[in-house]
Amino acid sequence: MAANKSPLPASRPQATTMLSRVAHSLYWMSRYIERAENTARLLEVNLQFIADFQATADAGQNQHWESLILSTGDEELFEQHYETADSRTVTEFLAFDLKNPSSILSCVYAARENARMIRDQISVEMWEAVNELHLFLKTRSTSAVWKDGPNEFFGSIKQASHLFQGLTASTFSRSEGWEFIEFGKFLERADKTTRILDVKYHILLPSATDVGGAIDTAQWQAVLRSASALEAYRRYYVREILAWKAAEFLIFSDSFPRSLHFCVAQVDDYLRRILGETGARPRTEAARVSRRLLADLQSLSITDVLEQGLHEFLEETQAALDTISNEVAETTMFYPAESAIEEQQQQQQQS
Amino acid sequence: MSILNPHYDSGAFFDEMVATSEPGGVRPHYHRLAERLGRLEVDEFDRRRAAVDAAFLRRGVTFTVYNDAQGTERIFPFDLIPRIIPDKEWRRIEAGLIQRLHALNLFLDDVYHGQKCLKDKIVPPALILGAKHFRREFMNFSVPRGIYVHICGSDLIRDAQGNYLVLEDNLRCPSGASYMIENRAAMRRAFPNLFQSYGVRPVEGYGDDLLKALLHLAPGKDKPSVVLLTPGVYNSAYFEHCFLARQMGIPIVEGRDLVVRDAHVYMRTTAGLVPVDVIYRRIDDDFLDPTIFRPDSMLGVPGLVNAYRAGNVALANSIGTGIADDKVIYAYVPKLIKYYLGEEPLLPNVNTYLASEPLDRKFILENIEKLVVKSANEAGGYGMLIGPHSSKEECAKFREMVAANPRNFIGQDPIQLSRSPTWCDGHLEGRHIDLRPYILYGEKITVTPGGLTRVALRKGSLVVNSSQGGGSKDTWVLHGDA
Repeated sequence: MAANKSPLPASRPQATTMLSRVAHSLYWMSRYIERAENTARLLEVNLQFIADFQATADAGQNQHWESLILSTGDEELFEQHYETADSRTVTEFLAFDLKNPSSILSCVYAARENARMIRDQISVEMWEAVNELHLFLKTRSTSAVWKDGPNEFFGSIKQASHLFQGLTASTFSRSEGWEFIEFGKFLERADKTTRILDVKYHILLPSATDVGGAIDTAQWQAVLRSASALEAYRRYYVREILAWKAAEFLIFSDSFPRSLHFCVAQVDDYLRRILGETGARPRTEAARVSRRLLADLQSLSITDVLEQGLHEFLEETQAALDTISNEVAETTMFYPAESAIEEQQQQQQQS
Repeated sequence: MSILNPHYDSGAFFDEMVATSEPGGVRPHYHRLAERLGRLEVDEFDRRRAAVDAAFLRRGVTFTVYNDAQGTERIFPFDLIPRIIPDKEWRRIEAGLIQRLHALNLFLDDVYHGQKCLKDKIVPPALILGAKHFRREFMNFSVPRGIYVHICGSDLIRDAQGNYLVLEDNLRCPSGASYMIENRAAMRRAFPNLFQSYGVRPVEGYGDDLLKALLHLAPGKDKPSVVLLTPGVYNSAYFEHCFLARQMGIPIVEGRDLVVRDAHVYMRTTAGLVPVDVIYRRIDDDFLDPTIFRPDSMLGVPGLVNAYRAGNVALANSIGTGIADDKVIYAYVPKLIKYYLGEEPLLPNVNTYLASEPLDRKFILENIEKLVVKSANEAGGYGMLIGPHSSKEECAKFREMVAANPRNFIGQDPIQLSRSPTWCDGHLEGRHIDLRPYILYGEKITVTPGGLTRVALRKGSLVVNSSQGGGSKDTWVLHGDA
């Protein structure tokens, strides 16, 4: 090899190539913001739901909150730290508990840390939006949220996330970094939509007798609202809320930007750009899994899904999304974990 | 009530703004500021102060405080009363700094090549050869363009007569330039109209000048790739690293982002390896390359020193510059200026006693409670004794340390540092300040007109370091003299 020649010439001009570490941070920054927003909406809608049905017995409320925790997949962690599932403990766990890596505060903190690591790569506007969200959260607590009313609190988080995503769209160059941001956002959103649907599955189990009743309809309304989909549903079907129609909309809609189908189509698109998949047949495992998932969402009907079992279908989808995420991380963003680096970073004297 | 305090006491110190000898009791270059402050109500001033603090927090202009679960970041306390330097004073400072950096570079070149200054007995050889930051691995190595120190931050203070003196040189990884620029941005927001009329020279050119100095190190390259190497997000100066990288539009990298192949440096990107020509490194020598220096370093890049020696990558600053900002070598700088340039130093040193010299040592040991004693290689205001402000026990402890390891200590006459009016608990009081200007050595040596004025916010304190209760002020260098 000639001494002054690059052994592995970059396939893009230098201005558009990016450090693997930067790609990794952009991806996680984007995912964490999306996750914080979804958790905020999930909590808000369910708090509202409980408030609407004050008459529901306390036992029923507990079941409701337990289902919510179950759908996040963090039930073990919750049980380690809390005795009962009620409005307060669940809010604390999902919004503020730093021991829960998926709590809103943990997510925003992680998003900000990732943004901080790549501050030179993102716009000032993006940085300030995520930094201000973090500063805002640090001044709030569960008790304050209950005192001032949860709507203002959850509204602020959702707004901050929308602000961040809007600023990203209008200030971030459409380079490779953008592909990682969008890939992360839609992957997270697809996962969260499956979990929102799964909440209903967990709630339904104990109260199957009420199918079609007032609470059932309200619950499906809550599911749609958890995905900001209630109005879109009404405009699309122009009819009352029906369980299987609501599920169909959230899984198969090809135009609603939070439906599973829509998100997976975006994931597949950005994935192929990131991995350079241009051929008809995928070369990588990630692209294969993504293509298969997309094909299912394009061809199956809600009847197929209900026959297989909604819960089973959602679980399989979550597993496929995990595979895609891990494969992409390994091919483009792999770094050896070196947590002891932190200490040496601090030691460096800056005179 | 206006914020100007009729009972302001400039004390027995040199006050930057107030002087009874001047008409109106205010130095001419502060007249317009005093007039503006005279019309400013306390409430209004407080409002602007709060707005500036909030902006720093929102913009993340912070430094990291350790040992906190959430890695708490604090803003560097900022005082809204600027420090003003008239053109005539600045010209002398500028010339003195250029002269000094020129001599220090010639000294480094000599130390790592012929060592003439040792043979001519200007500096005792033992001081160099036994110094912690002397890198014998780099003997007879020719650095790119012959420049050792590309970025220098020297600390200046003023004595009771207002003379500028050099307190120390920082020739390794001097920090603070980002605060110089952010402080200016904050002042522009707080007092937009004052700037227009005052004729303040801009500091915003620093980023461009720094980039030019770095590009200067990659001759013959069509489009050299320059990166900033940071220890990482947990370093206290991480904000500054990001800030400067953004000002220059260059990537910020950690050691793990770089890889050396065949003595060439590359960065790992999503599209493969991209060559690197110049590295502005903010990592100490010791951590740069685990195969040469500290083997346990996880921040560095294995093979980096090899690539540097092969001439395939440039480093700013060079390796081994710490020998010239050793506080013992500091005492020899005036001599070195005369030796290499045949000129009288334009900026004098603080009067310094060397514990390594028998007579000086005796003087230090006998007068320790009247002196400032410093360890040779510490920074950030640590490893230092201010005799007049210290207890008997502390003095005794330093006396023992000096006697046990004389090479490692110097003594200095305490300088009272000039004071500047500073907002303290609702009114203006005099607080001690220093000045760190930033000097760049590219095609030629340039000094950014301004710098970081650090202020000791604690009453009576002479320690301006941010780690010990220091804050900062914007520094205005004027086009004219008033």
